[in-house]
Amino acid sequence: MAETQIKPLTMNFGPQHPAAHGVLRLVLEMDGEVVERADPHIGLLHRGTEKLIEYKTYLQAVPYFDRLDYVAPMNQEHAYALAVEKLLGLEVPKRGQYIRVLYAEIGRVLNHLLNLTTFALDVGAMTPLLWGFEEREKLMGFYERVSGARLHAAYFRPGGVHQDLPAGLLDDIKAWAEQFPKFVDDMESLLTENRIFKQRTVDIGVVTREEALDHGFSGPVLRGSGVPWDLRVAQPYDAYSEMDFDVPIGKTGDCYARYLVRVEELRQSLRIIDQCIEKMPGGPVKSTDRKVTAPRRGEMKRSMEALIHHFKLYTEGYHVPAGETYTAVEAPKGEFAVYLVSDGTNKPYRCKIRAPGFAFLAAMDFLCKGHMLADTVAIIGSLDIVFGEIDR
Amino acid sequence: MATATPSETVTALNDLAAYIESQLGQDVSDVVIVRDELSMRCRSSSVLRVLTFLRDDSQCHFKALMDLCGADYPQRDERFEVVYNLLSIRQNARVRLKVSTDENTPVPSATAVFSSAGWLEREAWDMYGIYFADHPDLRRLLTDYGFEGHPMRKDFPLTGYVEVRYDDAQKRVIYEPVKLTQDFRNFDFLSPWEGARAALPGDEKADTLPEGRG
Repeated sequence: MAETQIKPLTMNFGPQHPAAHGVLRLVLEMDGEVVERADPHIGLLHRGTEKLIEYKTYLQAVPYFDRLDYVAPMNQEHAYALAVEKLLGLEVPKRGQYIRVLYAEIGRVLNHLLNLTTFALDVGAMTPLLWGFEEREKLMGFYERVSGARLHAAYFRPGGVHQDLPAGLLDDIKAWAEQFPKFVDDMESLLTENRIFKQRTVDIGVVTREEALDHGFSGPVLRGSGVPWDLRVAQPYDAYSEMDFDVPIGKTGDCYARYLVRVEELRQSLRIIDQCIEKMPGGPVKSTDRKVTAPRRGEMKRSMEALIHHFKLYTEGYHVPAGETYTAVEAPKGEFAVYLVSDGTNKPYRCKIRAPGFAFLAAMDFLCKGHMLADTVAIIGSLDIVFGEIDR
Repeated sequence: MATATPSETVTALNDLAAYIESQLGQDVSDVVIVRDELSMRCRSSSVLRVLTFLRDDSQCHFKALMDLCGADYPQRDERFEVVYNLLSIRQNARVRLKVSTDENTPVPSATAVFSSAGWLEREAWDMYGIYFADHPDLRRLLTDYGFEGHPMRKDFPLTGYVEVRYDDAQKRVIYEPVKLTQDFRNFDFLSPWEGARAALPGDEKADTLPEGRG
């Protein structure tokens, strides 16, 4: 019988598909059920954040960072606040640093809860999602109590955080942190040794150390491949140098290893949250340099100088000395960085946002080639992709 | 994963800068450390040589290209800058490499050196129109299918040129020129009492007054 060449089937995955985690349009070239080539089309959520930031003052640019990775908004603000502080040469008071670390870790738990549970949903387990979103809801309550918003917090600002913690909040976070390990254990009992879950994730989307670095991976995906690299330890910022926690790494570099790394990171985040609450120092929460941070409202009503500072800061904003910086934080998804160029005016000249998910999605072709169609769903789930930060 | 103290990091970075300069003397220029960040420039013809050296040299070991982006400086002769941000996990160090180019001069693609450069260069091409030679797949990345122009250029208006809406008569999404009900406002915040140097009529003596007066 003569051989016939069958043209590969081109298939559209998304942009409206529940397993696409947002608006991913994946054009797949299939040979039967095997993926021969994956070509992600992105940009369906492109808002021109970087361009908009060039037209806003440094303070006005903060809320755009909540809209990047909307699963853990404050971690993005953190990178931007650190970048501006670096250019300004500004020191953040200890209490401000501790609050930031506390909320950055709450953000990490928020993010991993969403990722782990939706990942489980993608491969067929529905219960973790229902349980996990209850916990997320409580954490968003903490976001709301401190900033007034569940998602668009605009809480970490250059110079510190916007406002001090309301009374009783630390006790409530402590009470939550005490009952949370039970949830992690329950979730693990559903997934970690689950036969179906393991069949869908073990040996799927394997990435070696060298490949992970070559593709610019970071965060749990890099650690899942066995690279002990965490910016919180290697290049500590804010109060992370005073925290005691472990960095879990995976051995196999597959989807299952990335899952295990994230579960352990939940537990380590709890350790950091506990330490923050225990060691929370007193004092101001933001820099007292009135040329950068606005005075409190009460002060403004009594002091003429405070009123002038308030007016100047909320109209003109502050001028940042000319220079450039590439400042990175360990966001839940990986290295989130801001390359900020200042020309000495009150607006950023260039603000490049380095999103961890961008590198993951760029490697989709490399990751999916030769896998089955159903495995692409598991791979996307394990990479932790959110389109807010990829499309910017 | 060892945490180095700040002073150790600075010494290590100084040593690294001196080493890179001695090895790549003719290829790189402006090797500076500002705010504990190592930065250097090179000509676009030697960018691949520099990147390969930084990646493979045992004392550099910058195995990951974390970020690559364009930047637009319209007042310069070569208006675009391509900025590479590399990370070395072994050295716990970052280095920034900058290359200048203009609209017509291509920059050699780094895809052969770092796989992560593929999409990052596509983005720089899409946003700034910086052309990367020998890129395997230099398509637009973030903008709409059929988009014209390069939106991150400084001379591209913030509002863009076209807007879309669903037209009920034609039963499809149509493109129209942008119509703003209010003109786009961009305030000049460079306050005149600090910035302006123009002499006002009758105010000629202002310059002779001591600093901080007048």
